[in-house]
Amino acid sequence: MAYAADAHGHDDHKPNFVNRWLFSTNHKDIGTLYIIFSLFAALVGVGLSFLMRLELQSPGLQIFADGQMWNAYVSAHGLIMVFFVIMPALIGGFGNWFVPIMIGAPDMAFPRLNNISFWLLVPAFLLLGGSLFVGGGAGAGWTIYPPLSDSTYQPGPAMDMALFALHLAGASSILGAANFITTIFNMRAPGMTLHKMPLFVWSMLVTAFLLLLAVPVLGGAITMLITDRNFGTAFFDPAGGGDPVLFQHLFWFFGHPEVYIMILPAFGIVSHVISTFSRKPVFGYLGMAYAMVAIGVVGFVVWAHHMYTSGIDVDTRAYFMAATMVIAVPTGIKIFSWIATMWGGSIKMDTPMLFSVGFIFLFTVGGVTGVVLANAGITQILHNTYYVVAHFHYVLSLGAVFGIYAGIYYWIGKMSGRQYPERLGKIHFWLTFVGVNLTFFPMHFLGNQGMPRRYPDYPDAMTGWNMVASVGSYIAIASFLFFFYVMWVTLRRGEQAAPNYWGEGATTLEWQVSSPPPFHTFDELPRIR
Amino acid sequence: MASTGQGGSPYKHPYHLVDPSPWPLLSAFAAGLLVTGIILQAHYGMMWPLVLGAAGTLACMFGWWRDVIKESMTPGVHSAVARLGMRYGMILFIASEVMFFVAFFWAYFHFALYPEHVSGATQAIWPPQGILTFDPFHLPFLNTLILLLSGCTVTWAHHALLHNDRKGMIVGLALTVLLGLIFTGLQAWEYAVAPFPFRDGGVYPSVFFLATGFHGFHVIVGTIFLAVCLFRAIAGHFTPEKHFGFEAAAWYWHFVDVVWLFLFVSIYWWGAGEIAPH
Repeated sequence: MAYAADAHGHDDHKPNFVNRWLFSTNHKDIGTLYIIFSLFAALVGVGLSFLMRLELQSPGLQIFADGQMWNAYVSAHGLIMVFFVIMPALIGGFGNWFVPIMIGAPDMAFPRLNNISFWLLVPAFLLLGGSLFVGGGAGAGWTIYPPLSDSTYQPGPAMDMALFALHLAGASSILGAANFITTIFNMRAPGMTLHKMPLFVWSMLVTAFLLLLAVPVLGGAITMLITDRNFGTAFFDPAGGGDPVLFQHLFWFFGHPEVYIMILPAFGIVSHVISTFSRKPVFGYLGMAYAMVAIGVVGFVVWAHHMYTSGIDVDTRAYFMAATMVIAVPTGIKIFSWIATMWGGSIKMDTPMLFSVGFIFLFTVGGVTGVVLANAGITQILHNTYYVVAHFHYVLSLGAVFGIYAGIYYWIGKMSGRQYPERLGKIHFWLTFVGVNLTFFPMHFLGNQGMPRRYPDYPDAMTGWNMVASVGSYIAIASFLFFFYVMWVTLRRGEQAAPNYWGEGATTLEWQVSSPPPFHTFDELPRIR
Repeated sequence: MASTGQGGSPYKHPYHLVDPSPWPLLSAFAAGLLVTGIILQAHYGMMWPLVLGAAGTLACMFGWWRDVIKESMTPGVHSAVARLGMRYGMILFIASEVMFFVAFFWAYFHFALYPEHVSGATQAIWPPQGILTFDPFHLPFLNTLILLLSGCTVTWAHHALLHNDRKGMIVGLALTVLLGLIFTGLQAWEYAVAPFPFRDGGVYPSVFFLATGFHGFHVIVGTIFLAVCLFRAIAGHFTPEKHFGFEAAAWYWHFVDVVWLFLFVSIYWWGAGEIAPH
């Protein structure tokens, strides 16, 4: 892929501070805002998990007053990580930065909508964060199931603050999704056909469709929950004839696509990194692209595997079990194609590659436990245990987050113009890898022992692995702080980055422009041969 | 203000690079105040943050769309490619709205198709025992005809616009807005005489009022959208070649129309129980 590079001869005119950072209509600046926001939210989310692991380090109640307070912190941790860390970093951050550049477009289709998508997250985050300090907090888990989220059990305004935070974050996602789809369909440079599109752009396209179709259903569900709580309806209230299981259906019709929304962009990043550092094109490009499409489509018809124990019909469970296992097929295509991409390549184990190979290993572990949990029978035992907690942290906290780290190390030179120090990056990887595995692997054992989620206490017999998990989490948290140090060193003393600092393995359009790219990329559209 | 993206743009591409704008930031915080206002109103009976938030949101929408209309009047900004992008955007927005209504239809069919899901009912029937429903071929059918007719009038306006018949376009649009207002009025009357209460009326009124209520809200939004188009038509903003604002309003109106047909067929007609006297 190459195009006749233009000289960017015009003066690189940037607007003043307010226009540039508050009223921005520039995809790169908005992407940068998203990444900064995500890192800040991650500090809060990680801080909450630090308190949680401190509490669980030993049996008995240490720092949490009661179960409600514990649940409020667990819920805030989950919602912050999903809606304010992973999604903003992967979709708003890297998506904004690189989708337009990779398809040879000068910006996003709707630059103002792009900015409101970002700014809606700020009041949303304030509401969610504030809910922790109002009354007893919103302690219904990130799945906000009634009756626990009803006005009977969460009577204060905190729960409504969390629900409206989701409304605002949801509006942000829907507008962003429409923006990405329009950009990808309408603004590809001449010659950039869909089947030549880089895999990261494919991943964002599928992600955007999932967001567009799944998030409004969550919007409807939490609207019903809000009216149940405040305005006398009875959708989920058995006293009025309502059915709490209905909420679970609506929530998971959104929630299952949501987990793919979090992992697909990471798939895209990892594909680029593996290809770059193996100096080979991605193995089975079309299969990789359509595997993501398949994951997206099938992801919409598997939702009730989250509800095996809520009393749904046995035939329904049989269907959802079979459909869920089907997802392992396109996922397997991706895993094996990444391995085939590395096969015979001249592999260089720089930090982004370390995180990507780590991603493949950890995501496979999480995927395999996912196949275990797809079984309705086994899940009768494992439902709501730490086995499930281990599973989804392997795919998210070790999958999606490793994708974010891979993306940051891969692109930080491109985004900031300064390259990260390789040795520090490697130290950060190994600290993180050891920390998160020590944290989450023992949770499989705890789950098998029957330790339930969402309790601040446990029997003495489970002390050992909980202690290991807590120590692991302290290492992981230290590695996260170390990451800030690495970024500080990068931005302060990093070497000036060349346009294509990864060499011949990096072939997409972002490597053809300067590092950092000019304020407006592609005043003249590139031609893709 | 920089000359970026406006007429005589320095760029050799057909896309619209928008100038920096205060509206996204202000809209986001106005929306934040609006939802905070709802919470404060529901829990503490405090009204002013809600009013302020709603006013701020509306003001931002006004300012934002005023800028869009200004840009559309500037030659060379809304190129054919940029207009195609807006079509994509509007279709995708309507798709997301469809999924919002899916949630409420899902709730409805969860109970209507499986009345055993209605907690505490002595008999698995839908509508639940003791609920009297509207006569579908009374007010609801009249409303159906009104919306279908308004679909005709908006198409009339569109064809008049395409044939450069200014008067036909304005009359067609004015009639559409009027029919929208009549629909909203009749819907309000229906709510006023409903045989079941909204508050604490159980699961049937919950589904009924939220499904038809959100539809009614969309009718109001669509009517405002069409009214704006009417003013713009009178001001001469539309040409047979370039009138995306009108098209978007028409699409939105048809979407609202189709949602009503589903509401009418499944809730009012197929879901009718013992008919309330009227």
